[in-house]
Amino acid sequence: MITCDRTRVGRDSFGGRLLATGVAVLLLTVPSLACDSSAAVPGAQAVAGPQTPPGFGPPPVPTDAPEHWPASFSVGRDATEAEIDVMDKDVRPDGAGLPPGGASVAQGALVYATKCAVCHGATGTEGPNDRLVGREPREGFPFGSTRGQYRKTVGNYWPYATTIFDYVTRTMPLGSPGSLEPDEVYGATAYILFMNEVIPEDAVMNAETLPAVIMPARDRFVPDNRMGGPEIR
Amino acid sequence: MARLSRRAMLGATGGLIAGGLLKTQADALSLGETPPPPQQVPQDPTKVLGRGTSDLGQRAPDEQPRRAGMRPGPSSSSRTPIHELRGIITPADLHFERHHGGIPNIDPETYSLTIHGMVERPMTFSLQDLKRLPSVSRLCFVECSGNGGAAYNRDPRREVSPQMVDGLLSTSEWTGVALATLLREVGVRPGATWMLAEGGDAAVMGRSVPLEKAWDDALIVYDQNGEAIRPEQGYPARLLLPGWEGNAQVKWIRRIEVSDGPFMTRDETSKYTDPLADGTARQFSLVLDAKSTITFPTYPYVLPEAGWWEITGLAWSGRGRITRVDVSTDGGTTWEPAELQDPVLSKCTTRFRHLWNWDGRATTLMSRAVDETGYTQPSLQTLMNARGEGTSYHYNSIRPWSVEPDGQVFFGAGGTP
Repeated sequence: MITCDRTRVGRDSFGGRLLATGVAVLLLTVPSLACDSSAAVPGAQAVAGPQTPPGFGPPPVPTDAPEHWPASFSVGRDATEAEIDVMDKDVRPDGAGLPPGGASVAQGALVYATKCAVCHGATGTEGPNDRLVGREPREGFPFGSTRGQYRKTVGNYWPYATTIFDYVTRTMPLGSPGSLEPDEVYGATAYILFMNEVIPEDAVMNAETLPAVIMPARDRFVPDNRMGGPEIR
Repeated sequence: MARLSRRAMLGATGGLIAGGLLKTQADALSLGETPPPPQQVPQDPTKVLGRGTSDLGQRAPDEQPRRAGMRPGPSSSSRTPIHELRGIITPADLHFERHHGGIPNIDPETYSLTIHGMVERPMTFSLQDLKRLPSVSRLCFVECSGNGGAAYNRDPRREVSPQMVDGLLSTSEWTGVALATLLREVGVRPGATWMLAEGGDAAVMGRSVPLEKAWDDALIVYDQNGEAIRPEQGYPARLLLPGWEGNAQVKWIRRIEVSDGPFMTRDETSKYTDPLADGTARQFSLVLDAKSTITFPTYPYVLPEAGWWEITGLAWSGRGRITRVDVSTDGGTTWEPAELQDPVLSKCTTRFRHLWNWDGRATTLMSRAVDETGYTQPSLQTLMNARGEGTSYHYNSIRPWSVEPDGQVFFGAGGTP
């Protein structure tokens, strides 16, 4: 039944794991749609679409430069480790990029109250900016099937806990972006996860524990499964 | 409000068609306002010596199109007045805006783009370095994937213009260096499949981009319509991913990290993902499917009389060229192919036109784009059936415009036919 290239991807990377999960979800929910790009409009010119979403196939083959180009233009300079480190703050789902340090939920409550609550509300639900907290509905994932019934929150929609750290450390708080120390970011992340009932009150978030958190919506996300061509999907 | 006042003057003194402008409903609504002082327009311009040259051109006083947000005043997005533009190019100062941490001020002298991660040689390029490398120009559209939310029954109002429905769409000639050229300089290591593109704004906007797009047609652009990119569009340089959703085309780009997987940033997980009716959320839905909208006649224009009118609009696809646009003047019962204006370019807006002899009765106008992959722009119901009523982003269904017997035009299908 599984015939498309996507299932062959088994690379030991989070991309590969995401893909495997995506296919599994797809097959569980809409088996008839798996890899079927042939539901064509009669008479339409069918063009074979990609068999894998961009990024989820094998590494791409570099395109060649024009023949008369040199191997290098010798323009630009080496980037130093120090200048890369200043910018390289991103954190990946497997925890790569997380700094040393850590904080408890209790420590995080203080950070949240002083740095976050003014925009997101005392309990993460009041706003005025994005609502952070909420698990409703406890069952299912009806964001596509119902309109406006449930607000997307960290607890019911975000697939990776590491994304909270990555985002907060880059760009929060709004009036002073990127100003939080790693321990403050760990704390805010811990408290947001606790308010969403994802981690217990005695939890400590650090470079080991944060990537291990499984978010409620973790397995809901599917890489682009439009295959190109005439199909409306 | 100044603009409404100007139009009020046009409406009050210029009749139905003044200065080449059609009367709009806004004109009619604002007739009660005090008109601004008249301009110094001579009765016979051939009898008065005109003015000399200037070092910077200005629009004609009566031609003052404006971007607009959903609410008055500065915000994080503004829309292109696509219903006031007749070609495919968007003047740079009318290109739509969307940002997540405001518009940064960046010194072009100290600006740099660093490429590191799974590369043989991490490198930093100054703006001058980028401009010294072989350059590429192309025309293409940039569209926010949230464009058209009002068309997905989010906004029941009928008094909305194409600007407010689909104005998160703009087209420019972009000039820059192919990202592939930069990747050859740094040397991509085996196994690399993705890259993080990161902006130098307060949002430090980060998006993961499949490396195959980087090798295919991605550009780092520094020019827009023949001049330096505007600050709102990413000055001094931005990522351009032809045909892909705007959010991934990171502005003010300062860093690219080559990797073996996506980074799962906030804007590719909690935002810019499409929840579907089957209980999943589609992620990395980066390519924009074919789409079109009529830009005239639409709200707020008023057709002053029955007779011959030219229906015109824009069609575009992130998957290639537009091959056909059909227009219906009877609410979708029958369709006729519209004329496509050259140039018809891949991943660029295409201007379409269709002559219509209006009989003066109420009807609904629609356009339907087809691209070179055979994809046909779906009806709202077809799209909802495929994705669900609650889905977010990528709203590419057919846009209906209803014409009433008094010549007013409103967004949405009318009660008749």
